[in-house]
Amino acid sequence: MNRYPVWKYVVIAVVLLLGVFYTLPNFFPDVPAVQVSSAKAKVDTALLGNVEEALKAGNVPFRGASLDTTGIKVRFADTDTQLRARDVLQTKLGDNYIVALNLLSSSPQWLASIGALPMYLGLDLRGGVHFLLQVDMKAALDKAADRYTADLRSLLRKEKIQYGGISREGANVVMRFRDDAERNRARLVIEQNFADLAFREADGTGDLRLVASLKPEAQKRIQDGAVAQNIQILRNRVNELGVAEPIIQQQGAERVVVQLPGVQDTARAKDILGRTATLEVRLVNDEPGALEAALNGSVPIGSDLFTERDGQKLLVRRQVVLTGDRINDAQPGFDQRSNEPAVHINLDGAGANIFKEITRENVGKRMAIVLVEKGKAEVITAPVIREEIGGGRVQISGRMTTREANDVALLMRAGALAAPMEIVEERTVGPSLGAENIAKGFNSVMYGFVVLAIFMCAYYLLMGLISTIALAVNLMLLVALLSMMQATLTLPGIAAIALTLGMAIDANVLINERIREELRWGATPHAALQTGYERAWGTIFDSNITTLIAGLALLIFGTGPVRGFAVVHCLGILTSMFSAVFVSRGIVAMIYGGRKKLDSISIGQVWRPAAAAAAPTKA
Amino acid sequence: MEFFRIKRDIPFMRHAVTFNVISAVTFLLAVIFLAVRGLNFGVDFRGGTVIEVQYAHAVDFNRLRTAIDKLQLGEFSAQAFGRSDTALIRLPLKEGTSSAQLSEQVMASLKADDPSVTQQRVEFVGPQVGKELYENGALALLLVCIGIIAYLAMRFEWRFAVAALIANLHDVVIILGFFALFQWEFSLPVLAAVLAVLGYSVNESVVIADRIRENFRKMRKASVPTVIDNAITSTLSRTIITHGSTLMMVLSIYFFGGETLHYFALALAIGICFGIYSSALVMATLVMWMGVSREDLVKQERKAGSADKVLP
Repeated sequence: MNRYPVWKYVVIAVVLLLGVFYTLPNFFPDVPAVQVSSAKAKVDTALLGNVEEALKAGNVPFRGASLDTTGIKVRFADTDTQLRARDVLQTKLGDNYIVALNLLSSSPQWLASIGALPMYLGLDLRGGVHFLLQVDMKAALDKAADRYTADLRSLLRKEKIQYGGISREGANVVMRFRDDAERNRARLVIEQNFADLAFREADGTGDLRLVASLKPEAQKRIQDGAVAQNIQILRNRVNELGVAEPIIQQQGAERVVVQLPGVQDTARAKDILGRTATLEVRLVNDEPGALEAALNGSVPIGSDLFTERDGQKLLVRRQVVLTGDRINDAQPGFDQRSNEPAVHINLDGAGANIFKEITRENVGKRMAIVLVEKGKAEVITAPVIREEIGGGRVQISGRMTTREANDVALLMRAGALAAPMEIVEERTVGPSLGAENIAKGFNSVMYGFVVLAIFMCAYYLLMGLISTIALAVNLMLLVALLSMMQATLTLPGIAAIALTLGMAIDANVLINERIREELRWGATPHAALQTGYERAWGTIFDSNITTLIAGLALLIFGTGPVRGFAVVHCLGILTSMFSAVFVSRGIVAMIYGGRKKLDSISIGQVWRPAAAAAAPTKA
Repeated sequence: MEFFRIKRDIPFMRHAVTFNVISAVTFLLAVIFLAVRGLNFGVDFRGGTVIEVQYAHAVDFNRLRTAIDKLQLGEFSAQAFGRSDTALIRLPLKEGTSSAQLSEQVMASLKADDPSVTQQRVEFVGPQVGKELYENGALALLLVCIGIIAYLAMRFEWRFAVAALIANLHDVVIILGFFALFQWEFSLPVLAAVLAVLGYSVNESVVIADRIRENFRKMRKASVPTVIDNAITSTLSRTIITHGSTLMMVLSIYFFGGETLHYFALALAIGICFGIYSSALVMATLVMWMGVSREDLVKQERKAGSADKVLP
């Protein structure tokens, strides 16, 4: 009786073993580290070698450097060395690389290689900033309508259609005509050229109007594009901040979450995220001798000296011929004739006209595409103009790898925000408060557990000890599961761990009380254990399901810290069902199962009322 | 050790009216407090900015208030937060000023006044987000209620489902009543606590309902009140011990978890204490008054019997 089949022990042993492995990384303290990554250049073993050499040359002791998908990570003994190393590396590697301070777990490599990582701490525990940004969709649509207004105007002119006026009203483009025939002709022509527009005829006083508006699917595309583009820009900017593990994600249709763990200078973070970058097309000053003069220190008036990506110097005129908001789209691709990597740019109507003029007048010369961000200008590329380019479709090619073409296209798209953004939620936690929160959370779990354990052992003796072991297993499995899933642990999440333990003991109390009750009514110890566990199981299951319903509702509707609470709460219910029933019964079977003649169970005093027989009897 | 040496079943049902009058009065009081004083919604739901600052010494609130007054941000509150060197500043939403500027203006002004001040935490919630959090909170509550009622109706009987829900919603209203009475801040973690209490109290009702059903099967000749009395009495020790254990954990959070979890733990503690009362006494009497009978459950039992086997 009360024996447990071997396979059940095997299952328990395997689960416990996994639990131990995945809990283990949490016991290793974090050590200061420096992380090198780059959005522009290659991060490979060659760079790893460079980093190691630079540190050796700079006389900075380090505890091993490694390369993984997120970049190169170098660990140090203390924060002073870490700061020194960052300075050494940033000077050595230059602006193309991001050298970020970070904390990394000191758990051994073999644990990391089986995917066992420490729990992922939320911002309220590790410190950092959380922004929720709202993209101004109306502005994105207005901007699109502006572009269409210019495009439609030039189309109507090209087709020689008589129109009385064209203007943007809200997100619509309104055209006025004198007679119906012209209006119909315009409508036909526009429909052929712009599939994204829907039309409505409206007659005002004294004129005939044609109102063009974006079709809903086109609106959605523009809005999605605006969010995607803004995310791309944010990513570029965050890279500059040197944050080790930034999170930039879309949330809902028009919001973006930015989480920057460990950032202390929140003012700078806000500044960089909120800044506007512009893209400019300028002409290269290639008058004979001008570049040489500039290199010698006398830059000609009206020109700026730039360094190209490949290190070549370039003299560019200050006059801006075209700005980035004239660019509708930029995509990487290949030149159709030479099959070289290229960037295809699509300019809006006005931009196309300007571009046509400029290229006609400057064939054979070079133009430079300059990104200006926070007063700092950088030449992205400087191609030679081969011929007059009309129609607004521009291709930049030559001296580019596929990767560079990708980058240039991205920068051209990402140069300016597609639509303005506003911070609608901010949560910033200083690093010392984060550490304090961890300590507080840890203490609440620990003291609560200790008190509970003392009570259980005193009240239920050996069965209480078994319950306590089951509870400890529960705690370990919960931590292991959180580590395995890399779910974000927040302070309410730690509170949920404590609460889950408090609730989990319910199952064991239920079992122990049931066993006592069975003994009270005269059942043999073996029978009491058997029925105790069996009867209690149904109740435990039912009651956990209702708690799980509450947890799931929180998980679905909760955000931020509450979500952290819900995740732990739900996982805790699952682990507690396993440990309270499966594990504790396994231990009981191990202790009592082997004995054929069992006289008593160590479960504390079983009080029998004198009137036991007279009390309501079992039928 | 054995705390509960109950010789005879306690005749709970004889005093059913008394218990329910007590419940009804508490409930009404809670509703009145909620109606008159309302909940003191935190920044999560109302929108606004909260800044936690720490000084190298005890906070001088007069100087702090003067420094912020200079900025003319409208009404704001500043109070000690857990420790004497820490202050919590609450600023209302202001049209046209983004959070980014607001918290920095305040910090700059405080720094100018006293360089030892450091910013520990900033929370800004815009009006739109606050409204959404509020709506989502209400939706979560609704979803929990529907989920629980559906599950209990399927597993037991509709009377149990309705009685359990009423009993436990009454807990929720009483928690909210406390928050209204004392004007404690109602934040997102408190909402989480309220929902957790709802799930947890239903546990309790499930245990008792389970026992009532079992008793109907075993005690064939007993009357309905006797059956219910026996069910409550025999689960009483377990009810008090488990609630006591959970309460120990919650008190541990209350005492060691710091200011952030203060009201979260408080809401849980109140909920747990009232949970014992409501599920044992309110739920059971409601079931009795709704006229539950052996036939309902035994018939239900046969149907549910097959369902039981499906569940592990």
